[in-house]
Amino acid sequence: MNRKQRNMLTRIIIALVMTVGLLFIDITGCPRLAAYLVVYLIIGYDILKKAWLGIIHGRVFDENFLMALATVGAFALAIYEKSGDYLEAIAVMLFYQIGEFFQSYAVGKSRRNIAALMDIRPDYANIEQDGKIVKIDPDDVEVGQTIIIQPGERVPIDGVVISGESSLNTSALTGESLPREVGSGDEIISGSINMSGVLKVRTTKEFGDSTVSKILELVEDSASRKSKSENFIAKFARVYTPAVCYGALALALLPPLILILFNGAPLDFSTFETWIYRALVFLVISCPCALVVSIPLSFFAGIGGASREGVLVKGANILETLSKVKTVVFDKTGTLTKGVFEVNAYHGDHDEDIADRKAQLLEFAAIVESSSSHPIAKSLQRAYGHAIDRSRMSDMKEISGKGVTTVIDGRMVAAGNEKLMSDLGLVPCHCKTAGTIVHLAIDGKYAGHIVLGDIVKPTSEQAISDLRRSGVTTTVMLTGDTKPVADQTAARLGIDKVYSELLPADKVSQLESILADTKGDDKVAFVGDGINDAPVLSRADLGIAMGAMGSDAAIEAADVVLMDDDPMKIGKAIRISRKCLGIVWENIIMALGIKGICLILGVFGIINMWLAIFADVGVMILAVLNAIRAMYVRKI
Amino acid sequence: MSKTFKIEVDCANCANLVEDAAKKVAGVKELSISFMTQKMKVAFEDDADQNEVMAEVLKAAKKVEPDFEIL
Repeated sequence: MNRKQRNMLTRIIIALVMTVGLLFIDITGCPRLAAYLVVYLIIGYDILKKAWLGIIHGRVFDENFLMALATVGAFALAIYEKSGDYLEAIAVMLFYQIGEFFQSYAVGKSRRNIAALMDIRPDYANIEQDGKIVKIDPDDVEVGQTIIIQPGERVPIDGVVISGESSLNTSALTGESLPREVGSGDEIISGSINMSGVLKVRTTKEFGDSTVSKILELVEDSASRKSKSENFIAKFARVYTPAVCYGALALALLPPLILILFNGAPLDFSTFETWIYRALVFLVISCPCALVVSIPLSFFAGIGGASREGVLVKGANILETLSKVKTVVFDKTGTLTKGVFEVNAYHGDHDEDIADRKAQLLEFAAIVESSSSHPIAKSLQRAYGHAIDRSRMSDMKEISGKGVTTVIDGRMVAAGNEKLMSDLGLVPCHCKTAGTIVHLAIDGKYAGHIVLGDIVKPTSEQAISDLRRSGVTTTVMLTGDTKPVADQTAARLGIDKVYSELLPADKVSQLESILADTKGDDKVAFVGDGINDAPVLSRADLGIAMGAMGSDAAIEAADVVLMDDDPMKIGKAIRISRKCLGIVWENIIMALGIKGICLILGVFGIINMWLAIFADVGVMILAVLNAIRAMYVRKI
Repeated sequence: MSKTFKIEVDCANCANLVEDAAKKVAGVKELSISFMTQKMKVAFEDDADQNEVMAEVLKAAKKVEPDFEIL
């Protein structure tokens, strides 16, 4: 509770006690009026002041004006009637303030809860100074400095472990609940929590460039990108309140005038009285707070809930688009597959299996590729599994787009694709197995080829069927890979359409034709790993990037970032957005429905001021509680 | 040059109104207010004096929402 809220609570309590007290004191006439006026001013002075400021600033019709008019009106009626029944005016103001208090408290509390979900900001970094551990501001740590992370602490800055072993909880970043084991030489990212051992880490980035700062900035910005429904409500409130005020004015004047003109009712205040009262009731019921507050709160809660699941949604408008996604287009490598290759087969020159001779083939391939950092080269080195003695190799020549030739142990070795073999005057074997093929020639003779396959992510297949369950009608795969590989992968995963052998520019034009085929309000999402897919990501209605931890291009270009690269999260993100939008609509319909009914009842005098204020506050409480539901997305 | 300020604003609608009003202040290139995070992000024009601009922003904001506060 902040200072303002405490202040308000005190005023509410004082007013409440005084009101109850006044019920038992028998005073009449002017002293009675004065006593009630004092209570009224205690509880409502700020509303009166704001209403007045609104009027002089030319912004007349807002909820403060509504409440001031309704309560001053009720006072005026009681004075005119000489009934001494001022209780109603006070009660209306009191309930309104209680409602506002509750709203401010509830919204503030859920705001803090949601913010806490997203808060991964480390407060300090430990460094060693004269043999002692000192806590300093992470902003003051330089690149390359050594920091110490104790068990239970948050990693403040991205870096590389120099010593120590531990397991890291990355769930705040990725939603992944399994801890990650790290040891010397491993890169670790800020925002994760060190669970078991003490780690010494050499920082590789400044705090401002670290993952944690980047993500925080994104999430904080996301809240200010407003959705269409939020903008709608803002505009709605601008039109609605004046409309209601004019409506109330008409209600106060028109029916009595008609009665006077056509029914011969007496031309004095007694004819107007009932209708003025009803107009005041009408004003109270129509207060739009429930909508104005609950809608941004729903979106905020949805974004917060999603971020805890490792899905960064960059704005309320994006959450809205996400709920309309009907077509999901995937990039293959790095998105549905791991982008890490494994050796599937060794074949000779007649495409026969040569598992018995594979050792030499692999050894040479690994040595030849030892200087490359290409994923295929790395996979070959991993498959070989031994330390590579690069001194055995001399005269290395890289032939761009084709492969490498070199001399190993005095033997001429060439490794690369079919084109390289043809260039060497050799006839390469056309392998029938789908995959990435590395051909080898030794001493000018074709020696065989190695078949490598990209490993499909374990959750990819489930992710595709999960998307269907979430209401996605079409799944498409775009890839630069060869047709057999693409077709095989798509068939295995259950993807509807495949376009293979595409260059980056082809991907954009392919996506554009998919966009052109999409009907009406349906949206197309593109999912990619972001580094080479940036143009496609930004062209799609919705770009979803595999966060690939630290890939800035991905995080920048995309609208939604999946922090743990798990395609399963796409379906989840769509379901989160649907839930959130569902709640928004529930609130709109509920609030407008209940208010509509009450307004009609109010016009006919069935609802009095007390019920009106209960209807207003009640709807608001329901709407706020409902909005908070959007935060709970763990099991959807 | 853009900066984020912590603010106090009571309702979502007030935040919208303040945003509209503050955007019009001279020297402000872009401005957005988030009611939920209680933050105001201001991008200044290149030649603007930040302190002067912010004083004007606060004045404009107070006019539409007297409870608005920059912390």
